[in-house]
Amino acid sequence: MSKKSPRVDSIGLGVRLLTRFAGHPLSHRLGLHGPASALIKSGSRVGFAAASGAGRQFKALRSLASPSRGERPAANAELFDLTPSDEQQMIVETMEQVAAELLRPNAEAAEADCAPSAELVAQANELGVLAMSIPEGLGGAMTERSPVTGMLIAEALAHGDMGLAVSLLATPSVALLLADYGSAAQQDAFLAPMTEDDAPTASFAVTEARALFSPYDLATRVESRDGSLVLSGEKALVVNGASSDFFVVAARSPEGAPGLYIVEAAAEGVSVEAEPAMGLRAAGLSRLRFDKVRLREDAAIALGEGDFDRIIAASRAAWCALAVGTATAVRDYVIPYANERKAFGEPISHRQSVAFMISNIGIERDGLRLTLLRAASRMERGEDALREVQLARTLAARHAMQIGSDGVQIFGGHGFVKEYPVERWYRDLRATALMEGAVLI
Amino acid sequence: MFNLETPKRLKPLIHQANQIGAEMFRPISRKYDRLEHTAPVELDMLASLMDGMNSAGEGAGAGKLKQDSGAEDAGVRNGSNMAAVLGMIELCWGDVGLALSIPRQGLGNAAIAAVANEEQLQRFGGRWVAMAITEPSAGSDSAAIRATAERDGDDYVLNGEKIYVTAGERADALVVWASVDRSKGRAAIKAFLVEKDRAGLTLERLEHKLGIRSSDTAAFRLENCRVPAENLLGSPEVDTGKGFAGVMQTFDNTRPIVAAMAIGLARAAIEETQRILGEAGVDLDYRRPRTHGHAAAAKLMECEADWEAAKLLTLRAAWMADNGQPNALEASMCKAKAGRTAVDMALACVELCGAAGYGETELLEKWARDAKILDIFEGTQQIQLLIVARRLLGKSSAELK
Repeated sequence: MSKKSPRVDSIGLGVRLLTRFAGHPLSHRLGLHGPASALIKSGSRVGFAAASGAGRQFKALRSLASPSRGERPAANAELFDLTPSDEQQMIVETMEQVAAELLRPNAEAAEADCAPSAELVAQANELGVLAMSIPEGLGGAMTERSPVTGMLIAEALAHGDMGLAVSLLATPSVALLLADYGSAAQQDAFLAPMTEDDAPTASFAVTEARALFSPYDLATRVESRDGSLVLSGEKALVVNGASSDFFVVAARSPEGAPGLYIVEAAAEGVSVEAEPAMGLRAAGLSRLRFDKVRLREDAAIALGEGDFDRIIAASRAAWCALAVGTATAVRDYVIPYANERKAFGEPISHRQSVAFMISNIGIERDGLRLTLLRAASRMERGEDALREVQLARTLAARHAMQIGSDGVQIFGGHGFVKEYPVERWYRDLRATALMEGAVLI
Repeated sequence: MFNLETPKRLKPLIHQANQIGAEMFRPISRKYDRLEHTAPVELDMLASLMDGMNSAGEGAGAGKLKQDSGAEDAGVRNGSNMAAVLGMIELCWGDVGLALSIPRQGLGNAAIAAVANEEQLQRFGGRWVAMAITEPSAGSDSAAIRATAERDGDDYVLNGEKIYVTAGERADALVVWASVDRSKGRAAIKAFLVEKDRAGLTLERLEHKLGIRSSDTAAFRLENCRVPAENLLGSPEVDTGKGFAGVMQTFDNTRPIVAAMAIGLARAAIEETQRILGEAGVDLDYRRPRTHGHAAAAKLMECEADWEAAKLLTLRAAWMADNGQPNALEASMCKAKAGRTAVDMALACVELCGAAGYGETELLEKWARDAKILDIFEGTQQIQLLIVARRLLGKSSAELK
């Protein structure tokens, strides 16, 4: 049976997170990488290699009684309400601190390295980023399975840096997937070890490298050969591709339906190549190739009717949450600049052409956030949210990108050079419309 | 706890308003668009129904809006602001012009609710009150109001010109905004209840308009029009520190209502367009990326997404008012988003439906005409953006003009 830790209430969890945070003198340890060494490192990652997670072995199938799922929060959907719970408030405050003190100051270095430093990952996880996605029943800190809380976490972290947020949330997102849908045996082998020291890392690979890609038309496929499952194909823009110990891969099942399969990085036939992109460079984007990879017998995640839709929607919602956080970062960054920067003898914010851009940044950011909140709160109550997620994604694709563009525009030439983070946010925000998988709320 | 669904307890009210929209407004919508300036007599019986809805606690009209103090109990509320917004969405899904023509639900009633004292609320209750702010040379710039109100014994004597008074012909009274001392600027602008039968008040003309033709839009002249001092709404003090509080307070409460009108109209347009496009074989798919399907479906999806954002921004503003939170920023945000979304959407729907959209056999072309006023009255798009910008940037109206 699963390890059972005492149930922690919301106050307790908040105190736990805040205590972890307070114990870390973060500011002293930052800025370790000079640009030159970063370039060398980034360059050395290009080229084929056996996945760097190679060597990690996972437990074989053991039959266990029942999987551990996160409990759904008690539903109280009587009234329209925009008040976070005490627990959500505390988690958000902690994550905002992580974003401000750990992610924002390290964003430039991580982008140059095409990966967060090991120390940053360790610190973030010690502060609860990973534990919050693992059910209490398996030794984690997730008291309730709340997509709203997941949204708030992604939003808060992306305010620090979107690329780093994606990288840090990759393993927790797989943890959520396994908590929601994994069998007891899959949880025992892949999820439970995430609460231990030297936790395995994971990534959820869905996107493929072709125009008009949709998760409902997968070229990557699993076939049944001699009684075992064999995976072939390619995944693009896989987060932390080179550093993950295992992947959850979306592939067409032998029956022709979209399915999810656990694939160990060390399995024969798995190869990884760096695939740097326009933005999200801190997330170590990689191309994954599967050359007739023989999967474990318990590799397939059992999905019920509508589960694949829900997982894809939860992933798109997570991308929207990251877009909201990044758009908020733009808003918060352009306001003081527009008030301080002078042209023609007065702050540029005194001109309507500039001021109205900022109005629209505020309006569209809030509209997207509320649309996403509605989607997440519907997911939380187990209601259908495909429509709401699609609408949020449509808003993110258009308006969050416009916010990214306006952020650079308001800074003018200063926005175009790497003097300020606005050009990075511009590059990062473009990902929202096209990325599938990787993160989940 | 986050929940952005329609509150269950308001569903009966929403249903009732929807039935009015569907069964009363829609069938006569085109008729009164053509018969501009003809009072829709069908609505007379609505007044008592609306009164009944209002006295039951929450109304779908603007007559009971007030910023809730929210102090006395700790729980979350979905009160009169939320009810008014949700009700108005349904009524305007039926027809905006007709919704504006429902007796006793005028914006003047909202002004009374916002700034009148208890005695005045008693005295002026049960009347249909129209709002008279705009002047020929003072539109968005309400502080430039030239109408004057001079104290003379127990009366005020009003002089000036007022235009664009919605329901001005049919209402029982007007709330006239006038300055008690033009040397003191906007702080001296006060609201006066002027009954229609007061001597010196003349209805000059009714406007011919692009849309909302079933709603009358009147112009008035005030010539030594005398009203008792008790008809001044709110405080007679000219507090230069407080500025324009009366007018602004009214707008904070009514902007979400106008946003709700835009949301109702836009929903009508998108539903009709979905039906027409559906017959042409174009359907929305909420699972596949929107760029993969038919361009018309992708456009419709964008419209629906903006509509959803506008609606939720509006519900947020109403929720804040119900819960005693200052919402001036959020009220302007929702008005800006909903106003432009309604115009963009209604025009896009006409385009998507082609001849069916542009011709008078359907209502799409009418909705596209009606929509435009929603981005103009109660503060234009540009005024809302200005308010939002000042609040976000921390700028005064002297700095950011």
